[in-house]
Amino acid sequence: MPDLGKRDITYAQAIREGLDNAMDKNPRVIIIGEGVPDPKAIFNTTAGLREKFGTRRVFDMPLAENGLTGICIGAALSGMRPVMVHQRIDFALLAMDQLVNNAAKWYYMFDGKASVPMVVRVIVGRGWGQGPQHSQSLQAMFSLVPGLKVIMPTTAYDAKGMLISAIEDNNPVMFIEHRWLHQIKDNVPEEYYRVPLGQAKVLHEGDTVTVAAFSYMVVESLIAAKALMSIMGIAIEVLDMRSVRPLDVASVLFSVRKTGRLIVADTAFRTGGVAGELISQVVEQAFDALITNPVRIASPDHPTPTSHFMAERYYPSPQIIVDAVLDMLEVDKNSDIYRALCQSVLRDGPHDTPNRGFTGPF
Amino acid sequence: MENHLALFRSMLRIRRVEEAIADRYTEQEMRCPMHLCIGQEAIAVGVCAALSENDVMFSNHRAHGHYLAKGGNMKAMIAELYGRSTGCCGGRGGSMHLIDLDVGFMGATPIVGGTVPLAVGAAWAASLKEEKRISVIFFGDGCFEEGVVHESLNFAALHRLPVIFVCENNRFSVYTRLDERQPNRPIYRIAEAHGLTAYVGDGNDVEEVLSIAQTAVVSARQGKGPQFIELGTYRWREHCGPDFDDNLGYRSVLEIENGLKNCPIAKFTTRLKQNNTLFQLEMERFEAEIYEEISDAFKFALSSAKPSAKDAGERVYA
Repeated sequence: MPDLGKRDITYAQAIREGLDNAMDKNPRVIIIGEGVPDPKAIFNTTAGLREKFGTRRVFDMPLAENGLTGICIGAALSGMRPVMVHQRIDFALLAMDQLVNNAAKWYYMFDGKASVPMVVRVIVGRGWGQGPQHSQSLQAMFSLVPGLKVIMPTTAYDAKGMLISAIEDNNPVMFIEHRWLHQIKDNVPEEYYRVPLGQAKVLHEGDTVTVAAFSYMVVESLIAAKALMSIMGIAIEVLDMRSVRPLDVASVLFSVRKTGRLIVADTAFRTGGVAGELISQVVEQAFDALITNPVRIASPDHPTPTSHFMAERYYPSPQIIVDAVLDMLEVDKNSDIYRALCQSVLRDGPHDTPNRGFTGPF
Repeated sequence: MENHLALFRSMLRIRRVEEAIADRYTEQEMRCPMHLCIGQEAIAVGVCAALSENDVMFSNHRAHGHYLAKGGNMKAMIAELYGRSTGCCGGRGGSMHLIDLDVGFMGATPIVGGTVPLAVGAAWAASLKEEKRISVIFFGDGCFEEGVVHESLNFAALHRLPVIFVCENNRFSVYTRLDERQPNRPIYRIAEAHGLTAYVGDGNDVEEVLSIAQTAVVSARQGKGPQFIELGTYRWREHCGPDFDDNLGYRSVLEIENGLKNCPIAKFTTRLKQNNTLFQLEMERFEAEIYEEISDAFKFALSSAKPSAKDAGERVYA
């Protein structure tokens, strides 16, 4: 384990530091994306990198997502370790051909003769009217492709360590960030360290219900877990899944064998998502351990509306998680203690910003 | 003269390999889509003759000629067509996925336009690492319609990368004629508008191809940025498969006759004979050597181990 100092930095700063450390360590690491060296520096995740590493390692990018993905693949096949950045995951859809047909397949179709070590950072937007094309959470779409790795770190500590692992990995890795995680602080060592890809982590221990959560839904699940514990004495187990492909089903099975109940909380659309996949695998492998039917918590099956009036109930809240847990445990909700619980998980501030003080950029 | 003979031999070798594949394809032992390059050999041979071993190359679904001209291992190619373990992709690729890293043949794949940016990326890496190698990509007139090609041209020109784009214009995308797909304007002029140095020539004249390629290679090596070569040629056989498919009536008898008359090998043979370079005896020697090499390659392939279905899930991740 790395030496845990006392320094707290944000998720965005952790990513910036991870890139900085990786570029220091390996001169073959380059970074390219629309806006990487600009004054906003991808929400400050790339700030100062061009000044430090120069114009031959830090690139802005033509608006050509597919072509540049292919160019990065070609560079990766030729000894470089490119990190691409898209300010929204929605933009990566333009690069699906290169990601799916080339990056994911190259190692397999050429019998392991060459691999594609590259990282594609993509950001899931939320709030302030991001709307139908700036707030999709498309991890399932990428995760159905063998050959890609798809990861979604939640904490700043994991963001840095998993970014470094992703850059060292010899495969193409989709590194999915949630915009609302960027300003959350965590204890992050200054040195170069790795967090392995593909392992879930228990962030809140419990024995009643397993909540397997992805990305920002981990934050919401922890709010629910703390409230349930402090107000009702109910201990749920929250797993930060951290990775979508590979999916750490074993850790979920281990927890479900203890709790007998499973909720999967995902940032994505409900149907065809990773939540359904995870539940399928648990049901296939541990049907006997389940006391009750598993539950998916996800966004509804329609595009994200822009108007904040329409978007008010779009994202699942800690309240939804709390209710799902209590329903599973058949706890009577007609009580003062329940009303106190609801009060404690209310969001402080408007629903379309991460917190009251946040003013953007989104 | 030596060079001329080498060019001739290389074209003849590709032609005979393709014919041997066509002959044996009906046995249904090569169970993968097959896009033969008969009639288009001069482009592969002329361009590769201008390159050094260190230079890298990417190609497309019709890759046999490019692979062989760059020096790709014939046995590994034929074994790949038969889906054997000794194939260049161990049976995971087939005809549309060829690779031989020993000679800088980085890979061929059949998504139209798919490898064009990869060649630019290889040139970008060479430039960033300050290596002297250049990168070459072969693609067709149909591919020029893909957005990713224009994205690639833009980036290559922006960063003045040492990459040579070779457009083999056979005027057909499967059965669809060029004039149904593109306006009446020269392809190479679009590349010029992207900021590339562009050339146009007869892709069935191996000496002309070589001459243009040499100029382009020198320019690319001198750091003058990406080069674009459009070369006219003609696909003799069906888009995919071993046969002539002119019974379908998608091109006129006159057009086909003109196409066949423009055979790059026949044209070069006539020229060499006029110059007294190629004696009948040498031609016969080439035929005999090539016949033996091809026979050996097929024997090798057919006697090679077959991969097992139990390994199909291996090598998904590096």
